[in-house]
Amino acid sequence: MKCIVCVKQVPDTSGVVAVKEDGTMDRAAMATITNHDDLAAVEAALRIKDATGCKVVVVSMGPPPAEGMLRELLAMGCDEAVLVSAREFGGSDTYATSQILAAAIKKIGVEDGDIVFCGRQAIDGDTAQVGPQIAEKLNLPQVSYVAEINVEGKDVTVKRLLEDGYMTIKVQTPCLLTCVKELNDARYMSVGGIMECYQKPLEVYNYETLKDDPLIDVTTIGLKGSPTNVYKSFSPPVKGAGMMMEGADKATVEKLVSILNDKHII
Amino acid sequence: MDLHLSKEQEMLRKMYRDFAENEVKPLAEWVDENEAFPEETVKKMAKLGMMGIYFPKEYGGAGADVLSYVMAVEEMSKVCGTTGVIISAHTSLCCAPIYENGTEEQKMKYLPKLCSGEWIGAFGLTEPGAGTDAQGQQTTAVKDENGNWVLNGSKIFITNAGYANVFVIFAITGVSTDKRGRKKKEISAFIVERTDPGFSVGKHEKKMGIKGSSTCELIMEDCVIPADRLLGKQGKGFGIAMKTLDGGRIGIASQALGLAEGAIEETIKYTKERVQFGKRISQFQNTQFQLADMHAKTEAAKWLVYSAAMKKQNHEPYTMDAAMAKLVAAETASDVTRRCVQLFGGYGYTREYPVERMMRDAKITEIYEGTSEVQRMVISANLGVN
Repeated sequence: MKCIVCVKQVPDTSGVVAVKEDGTMDRAAMATITNHDDLAAVEAALRIKDATGCKVVVVSMGPPPAEGMLRELLAMGCDEAVLVSAREFGGSDTYATSQILAAAIKKIGVEDGDIVFCGRQAIDGDTAQVGPQIAEKLNLPQVSYVAEINVEGKDVTVKRLLEDGYMTIKVQTPCLLTCVKELNDARYMSVGGIMECYQKPLEVYNYETLKDDPLIDVTTIGLKGSPTNVYKSFSPPVKGAGMMMEGADKATVEKLVSILNDKHII
Repeated sequence: MDLHLSKEQEMLRKMYRDFAENEVKPLAEWVDENEAFPEETVKKMAKLGMMGIYFPKEYGGAGADVLSYVMAVEEMSKVCGTTGVIISAHTSLCCAPIYENGTEEQKMKYLPKLCSGEWIGAFGLTEPGAGTDAQGQQTTAVKDENGNWVLNGSKIFITNAGYANVFVIFAITGVSTDKRGRKKKEISAFIVERTDPGFSVGKHEKKMGIKGSSTCELIMEDCVIPADRLLGKQGKGFGIAMKTLDGGRIGIASQALGLAEGAIEETIKYTKERVQFGKRISQFQNTQFQLADMHAKTEAAKWLVYSAAMKKQNHEPYTMDAAMAKLVAAETASDVTRRCVQLFGGYGYTREYPVERMMRDAKITEIYEGTSEVQRMVISANLGVN
């Protein structure tokens, strides 16, 4: 058994969001972090490793500096890392990204008993599409919005976090789970883990590595293979301070109702 | 000297910062107010390998270097001086002398448990009549008819004492006479366990700062320990103590450095928020110049501390470097934290903000593990000024 975890390095949106003149995001000007939902997926895999001793492989598609993030995940306890990186892959939307990641995961190899983990969605794109598309392309059963996991042999019982409640599902491995950050609190890197992380295997998959996979084709990868085109990125205008009303009396409530009515909210 | 951090050191710094911010900072005020030893934090640090950072893996350490240890003490002390000194005393004053002077059996017995944090370590040199004058020891160790050592005496101001399982203790094992006929105490080092018969932990000191650090008296009344607990050669204890304190001073210098940096960070944040006379106080030149001076002094101290750490790592002589690092870092910490309280004004004097705590915590760095005056003695002696 092994766990394969897909991870994305994203801009740290808790700081300043830098936008270039052409409206696209200036990623180079922003600090980067590991996507929160993906960290929960890594932690979930590491907890399975703690319990079973299984191997954890992390895979990320991104530019060469994403190696830094992968080394940090190795320092947390992951065993191997794969960086999927090539000019041909640049500009991919969710469709093209999932083609490439699915091909990479196929190369790593999904066997009986394996679990593929993804974060629910990345904080930069917020689409929540890549995980489910990878599952489709790998022909794996998938469960999204996972907030609790119990592995017993080949059975995985998961709790899905939905807007109005939970749904409990039992699924058999091999499968793909997309995790929400509420699933757990990711562990810190350890001192020993950090000292070892540069000795652990990190393989780079470029276009040459993956080109023979039927999923990889100029019409299905990179900017050219992406059906989605980003028209513009911008920081939304700052909202006003709003209005505070205090009091539990009838007059205040009537005033509130009247304001909401005027704005066609109620 | 190359002061570029390695990739691993950069990553360690990031981990220490995340840990300090999320796990240590939220408890710092509580630790101080309640004089509470942060046991849970120590367990978490131990799990991450922070209780044996620079010792080799074969002894259970994390296999990093001295600078990586220094950065851990620095980052914890930025937010909590108590947490910083717990790591420092454990690592520099207990693990280090066992690692540097212990037999293979002693190292294999104690280091894995100390490095994993299962056991906490402490060091007992100071006595009521032997502070700076470490030769004034009164504690004795005598061999009994079974070959065991019997220790009698007491130690004071022992950091980590209330929670430590292993103590490196110094005691007089004889008196020798030099060529001129002068009598000299022969001091030896021993490893004492908390559960040894006749050993007990006494009064807990109430302190001005680092209030969560457990500072107690140790009492040995016919404390019997086996012969194999002698650490290093008989009669070589004073040298072991002085060498251990050289390393310890790098740890305390790191604590002082962290306290200064932490106070500056808090003060920059505050002066950008606090408005007086219609301006943020960061816009006043006094604030700007004060913070510029403080930062420059702290950076200078940092170079001394890091340089001493790298010399220790490279097995170069570092006695004077450690003394200079501690002298400058400790005096900087005291000066900087005091000035930070002044920039905060009345609020700085209240316990609502952390700078008053940092000022109280900083003072001890000028006193323990060799006062600033002792550091000056070490430095001047190394310069041949006598």
